[in-house]
Amino acid sequence: MTDIVGKRRWYFLVSALIIIPGLIAMGISLARYGSPLRLSIDFTGGALLELAFERPVSSAEVREIFVARGYTDTTAQNTSDANTVLVRSKDLESTEKATLEAVLAEEFGPVKELRFAQVGPTVGREVTRSAGIAVAAAAIAIMGFIIFAWRKVPNAWRYGLCATAATLHDVLVTMGLFSILGLVLGWEADSLFLTAMLTVTGYSVQDTIVVFDRIRENTPKRRGEPYELIVNRSLLETLHRSLATQLNAIFILVAVLLFGGSNIRQFIATLLIGLISGTYSSIFTAVPLLVVWEKGEVGAFFRRLLGRSRATA
Amino acid sequence: MQQRDVTLLMVIIILVGIAAWVVWPNNPGLHVQVGPLNLKREIKVHRGLDLQGGMQIVLEADQPAGQTVDGDAMAAAKGIVESRVNGLGVTEPLVQLAGTNRIVVELPGIQDPDQAIATLRQTGLLEFIDAGSTFLPPGLEVRTSYRETGEFGVVTPTPIPTTVLSPTQTLTPTATATPTLTPTLAPTSEVSPTAAVSPTPTPTPQRIVFRSIITGQHLKSAQVGQDEYARPEIDFTLTDEGAKIFADFTSANVGSYLAIAMDGVIISCPRIESAITEGSGRITGEFQLSEARSIVIQLRYGALPVPLKVIQNNTIGPTLGQESVEKSTRVGIIGVIIVLLFMLVYYRLHGIVADVALLIYALVTFALFKLIPVTLTLPGITGFLFSVGTAVDANILIFERMKEELRQGKRFSSAIQAGFDRAWTSIRDSNLSTFITCAILYWFGSNFGASMVKGFAVTLFLGVLVSMFTAITVTRTFIRLLYAIGGEKLRENTQWLIGL
Repeated sequence: MTDIVGKRRWYFLVSALIIIPGLIAMGISLARYGSPLRLSIDFTGGALLELAFERPVSSAEVREIFVARGYTDTTAQNTSDANTVLVRSKDLESTEKATLEAVLAEEFGPVKELRFAQVGPTVGREVTRSAGIAVAAAAIAIMGFIIFAWRKVPNAWRYGLCATAATLHDVLVTMGLFSILGLVLGWEADSLFLTAMLTVTGYSVQDTIVVFDRIRENTPKRRGEPYELIVNRSLLETLHRSLATQLNAIFILVAVLLFGGSNIRQFIATLLIGLISGTYSSIFTAVPLLVVWEKGEVGAFFRRLLGRSRATA
Repeated sequence: MQQRDVTLLMVIIILVGIAAWVVWPNNPGLHVQVGPLNLKREIKVHRGLDLQGGMQIVLEADQPAGQTVDGDAMAAAKGIVESRVNGLGVTEPLVQLAGTNRIVVELPGIQDPDQAIATLRQTGLLEFIDAGSTFLPPGLEVRTSYRETGEFGVVTPTPIPTTVLSPTQTLTPTATATPTLTPTLAPTSEVSPTAAVSPTPTPTPQRIVFRSIITGQHLKSAQVGQDEYARPEIDFTLTDEGAKIFADFTSANVGSYLAIAMDGVIISCPRIESAITEGSGRITGEFQLSEARSIVIQLRYGALPVPLKVIQNNTIGPTLGQESVEKSTRVGIIGVIIVLLFMLVYYRLHGIVADVALLIYALVTFALFKLIPVTLTLPGITGFLFSVGTAVDANILIFERMKEELRQGKRFSSAIQAGFDRAWTSIRDSNLSTFITCAILYWFGSNFGASMVKGFAVTLFLGVLVSMFTAITVTRTFIRLLYAIGGEKLRENTQWLIGL
């Protein structure tokens, strides 16, 4: 029987190698923009305007027009082609917008408004707060549900906590990579990002539950077998399913990524990262953590650490 | 072949038939009339703003921080915004309260968003108008002197032809003007007998400009009270100026109707029972308590009861919407084809069964979207695709379990059974956890007009719910029937056929 659980330290190392750069990026982002991710107007408040011209325009020139009218905090970029420009600025009144569009039309010829979004600053703060509550509520509710559903297995709460830990792992991986992409490509988290995160956590838990379900089934059947062995067996038995499901989901998302509109590309990429992390974490984080806990390795690790520091002191 | 499987097959066929009828393009809709039951329903796809273009704005009560808004006031403001939205002539507008102090307005396909915002934020006009001897049914749109010229009829030297019913006009008795239903207007101090009134004819009101007597600015207060029979009535008091005008008018017009209109739409049409000289009066009639309340709210808050400001605006141009529809349709089809191929290649015979179940799943889910109806948005379509993944996952769990049982040397039929039985707990628990996530996303989405998030939660929830039926019940029925019909021949080749 292939021993997956035995190599658990390596998996934790891999996770750390992905999560730590993400944490660093979040730190840089926090210092630079005041939050771990670059946030869109959904969370910060402000205005977003996408315009289509009939000829290619330079986003810098468009920006100049906004700056000249006092919107110094404006950014502009070309989107799907050189004819369209996405402008982000501080709150924009609709009368002001009409004036600006008239100026733009004078400068660059006829202009069509593709979309306009505006969010007041207080709403932005409120959204951020409820998003936090939503994520925390989801985590607690699902943890409670698992503890309840595994109540017949010894130490049911460990399953709840380990599933939550795996979910936290996926949140950190996804947020970390998103933060790096924010620094490199200017990606901004919007309410769709939140949807993606909650989907990722849902998926991750779903995946973990399938493996945990097998442990739940095998535990009474193989009484007397060491816990590590039962867990490893359960993992191997569900591996086929994990891979098949995973491949399927990845195929769908890659298709959406290639053929879908540019406006949901970030959303799909976030889902893809989270999905891969979710599968990884259910096999290589949630389940090994159960074994680590069973064997009391966390305590042993700290005792050894303490012992060593005492020895050097 | 067992009786149960045949019954289930019948159920599945009927269900697919209904779903196919619902999904069919240009569905005529439901028009059923059986006795008192009258079902009339359009069945069509509701596209969200991001797919058809349009504007979503969130209005918030503009009040000093820390001050809470009265729930009645918000309800009244919503009603007023709603009537104005209807005036914009947009098809399928949506106005709803969000949280305690917000109103979400969705205007699909709006041509001039900026003009629309200006219309929604203006203040409304409440008028008491001289209806003469005519009962004006609530909901009727009328022209009034104040709205047309900004003047009260009494000041106009040449009387506008209000009280005159020209004989050429067609006179039809109104159904609503039955004696008991007609509200009456009387001074508070007096007890009004509910006198029988003969049904009054209504002229075609569009041509007549009714005389405005007083407007909302003359009204001091209004509340719901009770008459001597403990029925709800509406008590109101007027300002000094209003009282004077009202005294003159009512003394001269006892027995006539005095209609109350909001932005030119009649909300109530009481008859003047006796002169009201004290500046306070009451409107009696056979109201429901809720009706009385809603009239009071409109009397009190003729203008918007709370100033509203736009705190969020999301406008999508029609071209971007059209582009999104094309792309998302393509993506949806490609996604489903990929899954179908994957299952076919990986599970062969069982893959075909799973594919049929998946197509039924897609059909039933889409039919539900049309029936409920669920407004489709881009994230909504993503939620649907995600649930396709869940539906397939259920089948994968089942088929993998079957293979496992077969590898352990179980007999064929018991392995098939075990596949379904043993996979069930993990399907149930993982889907329950998805439902929990959906509920929380829905809550988050409803709380501040993030309808995109809400759309995702709804489609994901429905999709996973349907998948529990198709991926388990439908697949099981098909597989059992397949082996019952295929018999020994099929069983001999199962190794290859199910990709073991």
